Amino acid sequence: MEKKNIKLKEVINRRTLVTIFVALALVYLVGIFLWGIFMDPSAYAVHYENKFISPCAEHPFGTDFMGRDMFARSIKGLSNSLIVGVLAAVVSSIVALILGIASAVFGGWVDRFVNWCVDLCMGLPHIVLLILISFMVGKGTKGVTIAVALTHWPALTRIVRAEVMQVRSSQYVQAAYKMGRSRLQVAVTHIIPHVLPAYLIGLILLFPHAIMHEASITFLGFGLPAEMPAIGVILSEAMKHITTGKWWLAVYPGLMLLVAVILFDVIGENLKKLWNPDSGNE
Amino acid sequence: MQLTVENVSFRYTEKSPWILKDVSLEIKEGERVGIVGPSGYGKSTLARIIAGYEKPSSGRVLLDGESLPEKGFCPVQMVYQHPEMAVNPRWKMEKTLNECWHPDEALLTRMGIEKSWLTRWPSELSGGELQRFCIARVLSPETKLLVCDEITTMLDVITQAQIWQLLLEVSRKNNLGMLVITHNMTLAGQICTRVIELPEINRL
Repeated sequence: MEKKNIKLKEVINRRTLVTIFVALALVYLVGIFLWGIFMDPSAYAVHYENKFISPCAEHPFGTDFMGRDMFARSIKGLSNSLIVGVLAAVVSSIVALILGIASAVFGGWVDRFVNWCVDLCMGLPHIVLLILISFMVGKGTKGVTIAVALTHWPALTRIVRAEVMQVRSSQYVQAAYKMGRSRLQVAVTHIIPHVLPAYLIGLILLFPHAIMHEASITFLGFGLPAEMPAIGVILSEAMKHITTGKWWLAVYPGLMLLVAVILFDVIGENLKKLWNPDSGNE
Repeated sequence: MQLTVENVSFRYTEKSPWILKDVSLEIKEGERVGIVGPSGYGKSTLARIIAGYEKPSSGRVLLDGESLPEKGFCPVQMVYQHPEMAVNPRWKMEKTLNECWHPDEALLTRMGIEKSWLTRWPSELSGGELQRFCIARVLSPETKLLVCDEITTMLDVITQAQIWQLLLEVSRKNNLGMLVITHNMTLAGQICTRVIELPEINRL
């Protein structure tokens, strides 16, 4: 009995701990997201009289060559990057879900075709593909979003396909059919609860990729326009001034991007632990 | 109830070698037939064909003169060698147990399934404990034939004895036919009313 009590405590601890962790990370990301959306554009307006102020109480991240407050610009920029990243990741994951399920369920030439597409997409260097697509549809916000959305599905497609195939051929699913369960019942009670966590984790782990790639192609000049505050734009501008010792222009926005990416990763990894039947109930 | 296996042959693809060729056997009501044979001789394949999991390349499996239903509860049910793979790891045991029928408490007590196990996850139970659930969930009155594919191979002798004791009891009570696949000749001799050596009826 006593042993059981201890175990119960551990169950609560693990679950609550992870939940709190994920909640904190979410609050940070959603906070930046909303802050950026509702930010007054005057917060990062041009003030030529305040050029190149190094970090101080009034401008925690300093100001740039046009005297814009880097703190406000970083928040707004990250928020913009989050929008593009999340939008693209969601589109990508829906493509992955459809292709993955079709591939696993229909098999045969459908499966071969999807696998061929996955290999084709994965075989090309990702950044080159991003640049090509972005350039083709006319760069800018539209270009980046389309490019990021169209190139992030292959890995998740493979995951979804493998999960569906695995659960379909598992003994408990086959036994469920023999015990008179209909296809719909099996799909709802066995297959979806198995595939959904893997899919959602894949989706969350896609966000950092999408955000990073958005920032990269913007940095390279094929993405978001220069007048739009975005992490990629900020970083590429900072490159021009870094040799003259304006370190704050690159360090703080870079760190913010890094933290956002790591937090998404943390959320994904922790949810993975929580949703895995083996470690989730520890 | 009578199960007839008529000239069943099986191979995985058109080009692969035959695993089973012209296998025929009959199981009458309440009969317990043992199938023995060395590893890799197609015992489990035969079990899967009889339980309707695989389609034979040729030949038929008939229950009372009719082929097995494709939909709905299959009167031929199979219990597997690895119970941990035969239960959904995301379901608590109670849900798994009641997937196709609701075993009464008397059966659970006789199966040695403790009440507290019902609220646990499969990863919190041992193989023997899980195997009891796998057996209990298919012992519905609609089950006419139980295919047991090495169901106690990985259990210790005491658990083995308990499980077989119980299965014998149920099979006598429900007039349940059984097809017992095992490596253990002694076990087959103890439990079965008839033992078939698979290599002898498999015309390869």
